[in-house]
Amino acid sequence: MSILIDKSTRVVVQGLTGREGSFHAQQMLEYGTKVVAGVTPGKGGTKHLDVPIFNTVFDAVRETKANASIIFVPPPFAADAILEAADAGLSLVICITEGIPTLDMVRVAAGLKDSKTRLIGPNCPGIISPGLCKMGIMPGSIHKQGRVGVVSRSGTLTYEAVDQLTKLGIGQSTCIGIGGDPIIGTNFLDAVRMFNDDPGTIAIVMIGEIGGNAEEVAAAFIKKHVKKPVVGFIAGQTAPPGRRMGHAGAIISGGQGTAGGKYAAMRAAGIHTVQSPADIGQSVASLLGKSKSKSAVKPTSTLRMKSNSEKRK
Amino acid sequence: MKIHEYQAKAILAKFGVPVPRGEVVFKKDEARAAAQRLGSPVVVVKAQIQAGGRGKAGGVKLAKSPDEAAKLAEQILGMRLVTPQTGPEGRIVHRLLIEEGLDIHRELYLSVLVDRASGAPVFMASASGGMEIEEVAKDHPEAIRRETIQPATGLMPYQARKLAFGFGLAPELVNAAVPFFQSLYRAFTETDASMVEINPCVITGDGRLVALDAKVNFDDNALYRHPEFKDLRDLDEETPLEVEASKYKLNYIKLDGTVGCMVNGAGLAMATMDIIKLSGGSPANFLDVGGGASEDQVKNAFRILLSDPSVRAVFVNIFGGILRCDVLASGVVNAAKELKLKVPVVVRMEGTNVEQGKEILRNSGFNFTVAENMKDGAEKVVRLAGGAR
Repeated sequence: MSILIDKSTRVVVQGLTGREGSFHAQQMLEYGTKVVAGVTPGKGGTKHLDVPIFNTVFDAVRETKANASIIFVPPPFAADAILEAADAGLSLVICITEGIPTLDMVRVAAGLKDSKTRLIGPNCPGIISPGLCKMGIMPGSIHKQGRVGVVSRSGTLTYEAVDQLTKLGIGQSTCIGIGGDPIIGTNFLDAVRMFNDDPGTIAIVMIGEIGGNAEEVAAAFIKKHVKKPVVGFIAGQTAPPGRRMGHAGAIISGGQGTAGGKYAAMRAAGIHTVQSPADIGQSVASLLGKSKSKSAVKPTSTLRMKSNSEKRK
Repeated sequence: MKIHEYQAKAILAKFGVPVPRGEVVFKKDEARAAAQRLGSPVVVVKAQIQAGGRGKAGGVKLAKSPDEAAKLAEQILGMRLVTPQTGPEGRIVHRLLIEEGLDIHRELYLSVLVDRASGAPVFMASASGGMEIEEVAKDHPEAIRRETIQPATGLMPYQARKLAFGFGLAPELVNAAVPFFQSLYRAFTETDASMVEINPCVITGDGRLVALDAKVNFDDNALYRHPEFKDLRDLDEETPLEVEASKYKLNYIKLDGTVGCMVNGAGLAMATMDIIKLSGGSPANFLDVGGGASEDQVKNAFRILLSDPSVRAVFVNIFGGILRCDVLASGVVNAAKELKLKVPVVVRMEGTNVEQGKEILRNSGFNFTVAENMKDGAEKVVRLAGGAR
């Protein structure tokens, strides 16, 4: 079982004929993803990687029954590409593109408000439901089909966590990289909610970063509604607080956004936090080994880290 | 991208935001001439560095005559200003803004930025302007009013009126505040700013609203739409290694530890710094080579982090996805050859083409330490850098 994508997902790649789009479409095809169409304005009617190319997403959807899009177009055109995919009625749009101007994303967010389209990203590695479907740029080989859901703001740090799980023999239901930009389509809360509702997911790994308050919001939801065990890590605990955007950035977050604040919120929600990124996999393993209730077990790794830090003091 | 106050004010003025009359100067004599031209009974001599807290650090002074302005300019130019926003190393003052002094009746706070949670711009305003705004935000968050702005309509007059009447402004001042606030919002969107902040916006004795200070940051992702802003960058405000790194599209931030780090991806880079600290060491830098770095970028990244004299050992932590481990290894080996590597290097690689990558390192003739995993790598590099501090 999985969320968002599976064997029935039919993918249109926007920007398939470009360098990035071409490379990753090839990788997705090799993984077994049903890439049914590509879109490059002006190249409609041709084929690339043996996949038919269309001028518009609308045409691609009409002709191939594509139901999800992945976007590799350059930043200046990416906002337009997202809204085009939404307009074509796709329920899932994943935008890999990095470097989209924030005010373009403000318009996208407004445009998607009343649409049925779920946007993942931008500036994200995409989604994979191991063994079923890969829509993204992550290395497929490190994943293993299973029942742990992974959601993260980062790309390579997600791979790190997944790799730890797989090496411990723990498979994943779906791994989502939600992206690190200020405005993203799907946040931690959305992902956690979907994993909570998915009977194929028995545990959740949440990997956050300093800044913003999305982790705190998700933690509040977990406290109230989530019975599945959750393991949490926040990157940037040791990042120096200097170099800031002046006052406005501090004010908007209302004191939230620090690693300390995020860890406190996660612990208060019963999430099993780890201080070291190397302990994510082990923490999941010990939780799954011992109990399925989030309140019953404290992972040994957390305890060990605590005593280490006490020793240093 | 950050710019100076005088540059921000010039931009805001173009959009119709009232700012004090003033001139930027680089020398003492220019300060005297500028003060003479302004002709106001009092002029303000303001250090131009891209960090807040200048006033408290002694970078903002009042002068009652052109001669006094020149004297103060001489004092402040070349001064190292240390404020809570500069870090302990501070910033050296190279430019001054000489401005007319105003009769300040009240100080307000205004800013526009994008709110992550709502995905829309928000206009924030407070009747308690001035230096202590962060305290206000912490202790009395209700004293900061917010108007969320629909991108399709922009800041509507009724929203500006709500804020202005909320300050208790007299109706004629509200009439001035509405176009002021709207101009500020237009400046924000049309320059693709990530933040515009006026702190304080003052009401003068003769009943005018003026932006007494101004901070404008641009969205780096949108700079391609504004080639004219390129000239506003002040390299004196950035550390030389960071400037060098930006040439190769590398994200490098200098820190004060001894373990040089080279990582792909910002999240993994931060996590690597965390695990170095947990292992008892201290990172010398944050360096993200990005998802799809080339061999050349890897080489330059390595060169940049090694040119920091405090680096005693290097930790390369790469999870190869798009960036293949063999490309990384070649870059590291070439850089080591060129730079006559003297410090120990610990490499942890995982992912695409990891075996080829390890092979390249083994056959390089250098004594790289290959780590089993992130934790192993962190522990090894901390030991090589001289152990826990």
